[in-house]
Amino acid sequence: MAHAHHDDTVTPAILQEVKPASLPRAILVANNRSFSWITEKICGIIEGKTPTWWWVCFALACFVASFTVAGIAYLIATGVGVWGHANPVNWAWDIVNFVFWIGIGHAGTLISAILCLLRQKWRTSINRAAEAMTIFAVVCAAIFPVFHVGRVWYAWYLFPIPNSNAIWQIFRSPLEWDVFAVSTYGTVSVLFWYVGLLPDLAVLRDRFYSSGNKLRSALYGFFALGWRGSNRHWSNYEMAYLILAGISTPLVLSVHTIVSFDFAVSLLPGWHTTIFPPYFVAGAIFSGFGMVLTLMLPLRAVYKLEDLITQYHIDCMCKITLATGTIVGYAYAMEFFIAWYGANPYEGFAFINRAFGHYAWAYWIMISCNVITPQFFWFKAVRENTSFVWILSIFVNVGMWFERFVIIVTSLARDFLPSSWGYYSPSIVEIFTFFGTFGVFSVLFLLFIRFLPIMPMAELKAVTPQADVHGGGAHH
Amino acid sequence: MAAPSYGLIATFDTTPDLYHAAAKVRDAGYRNWDCITPFPVHGLDKAMGLPRSIVPRISLVGGIIGFCTGMSMIWWTGAVDYQLIVGGKPLFSPMFAFPVSYELTILFTAFATIGGMLFLNGLPMHYHPVLKYEHIRRGMDDQFFIVIETRDPRFNLANTKALLEKAGGKNISELEA
Repeated sequence: MAHAHHDDTVTPAILQEVKPASLPRAILVANNRSFSWITEKICGIIEGKTPTWWWVCFALACFVASFTVAGIAYLIATGVGVWGHANPVNWAWDIVNFVFWIGIGHAGTLISAILCLLRQKWRTSINRAAEAMTIFAVVCAAIFPVFHVGRVWYAWYLFPIPNSNAIWQIFRSPLEWDVFAVSTYGTVSVLFWYVGLLPDLAVLRDRFYSSGNKLRSALYGFFALGWRGSNRHWSNYEMAYLILAGISTPLVLSVHTIVSFDFAVSLLPGWHTTIFPPYFVAGAIFSGFGMVLTLMLPLRAVYKLEDLITQYHIDCMCKITLATGTIVGYAYAMEFFIAWYGANPYEGFAFINRAFGHYAWAYWIMISCNVITPQFFWFKAVRENTSFVWILSIFVNVGMWFERFVIIVTSLARDFLPSSWGYYSPSIVEIFTFFGTFGVFSVLFLLFIRFLPIMPMAELKAVTPQADVHGGGAHH
Repeated sequence: MAAPSYGLIATFDTTPDLYHAAAKVRDAGYRNWDCITPFPVHGLDKAMGLPRSIVPRISLVGGIIGFCTGMSMIWWTGAVDYQLIVGGKPLFSPMFAFPVSYELTILFTAFATIGGMLFLNGLPMHYHPVLKYEHIRRGMDDQFFIVIETRDPRFNLANTKALLEKAGGKNISELEA
């Protein structure tokens, strides 16, 4: 203010001019790599000889996936009773696993869509793999509700096709909303992924053509749709990509909102709460980033991608995990508060029972993994210790599985009437089926890293300094 | 011209070179020409004088169709074709029809956006003279090209070549049709 000066000139309260702070831009591609270095690096992974570790992992993944195949085959042959569900717990591991896998997928869409709209350029090196993760997670998720219907050959009843009595689906049911949410999510995720792949498939087409592999050139070329890098095409492409990002953002938020409606629209204590949609979305993003870290850190080490997935990228991912994990922790506390403040004895009992009842072990695993684990990410030293980050990411995955277990099973096992209380334990068939989905996911992911570019080359090139038309960021 | 030719192609090594050359071709009044780039170059649309893409209009139409499909499907199946009272609830209400209509809005918008983008770009087109250029691989990798087509009214082999040379283009050659 002016009194500080003791002279005639009055210092204006408003500055004449505000200069934007010049913050150093984060380096997204380290060591000033050239365009062709990026192409060589990413395409080299596909063109090189299949590494031994890939075959080992692939064989192992196929073996694990066979557990799902066996579990499902046994279920189809025998009946849905081979799962451990019984009154009152008629939703158990299947729905837990469904929500778990769908939630994992959400980080992929968050990275590809929301971070695109927010112009977070660090997303470019992880978005392709994260989108692949989304699609494969949706595949794993879909297995559970589809087979939970019991007679899976009637699964088409889920879609708006009238059955033999000409009765239509009940659109008043959140379960029917979920069918539309998840199938739209799966479809749009595949389309978004494919559109992102188009220019990179064209790169592979031309490289395989000049190296004489006509078959692979034709295959990649077929799916590249004749992409030729025309700027008139890029103009429409960029616009389409932006719109896809724009619609995927409300999509990803709506999918987990609708998943939470499966519970929140019911009248069961512990489910019937309005906090569920935001709480589920935050949890989904939290678990998804856990899985992105679990997948990307080994990939980075194996393929020596340190110049493309820099410490800055890991920092960003850890910070999002921290933020969403803390939101989840807040939601846990708020649920308890409202259970007490709402003064509904059933609601109050449901929450006391969660923390101190028969399933207290699951509850405290959930709390320690989801609330305590991410707090380590406050520290730079932790974020820079890649192996430690990886271990923490596993804890996040475990914790988020337990969150769904706690929500679904504890509320069902202790409902209104003590005469119908029960205790649920999974059967060996359920355990096999769930264990196997990690194999299904890994098989798909391994095929992806072997045959498709794991990073969007075009987008990576566009964030390098030499991509600037004014040469502004160029190094001299 | 003797042999049928698609046009002239010139090579540029850096993004700024291409950007300035594109502005020169635009100012020379050419219409049927294009830049080939390995990634979307920020600002090149303006340098080429391209109008804003009309993909959003197609997306909007798709979204409206999707929303109306959802609402009318739920209204027709539940309140017209087979009326079934469940839990004493109304046969139709936009409230419970909203989540499904919302998802269909997004689904149809996505189809319209991608379909519209491919339609406007004339893709899939697996054959194109540009793809036959022997160095096209570099255009997907780390080099930039400008192609000026012979069908452009201003096209004149000598003058166009001179323009590209003046703009800094290298390896200027003719593309066979």
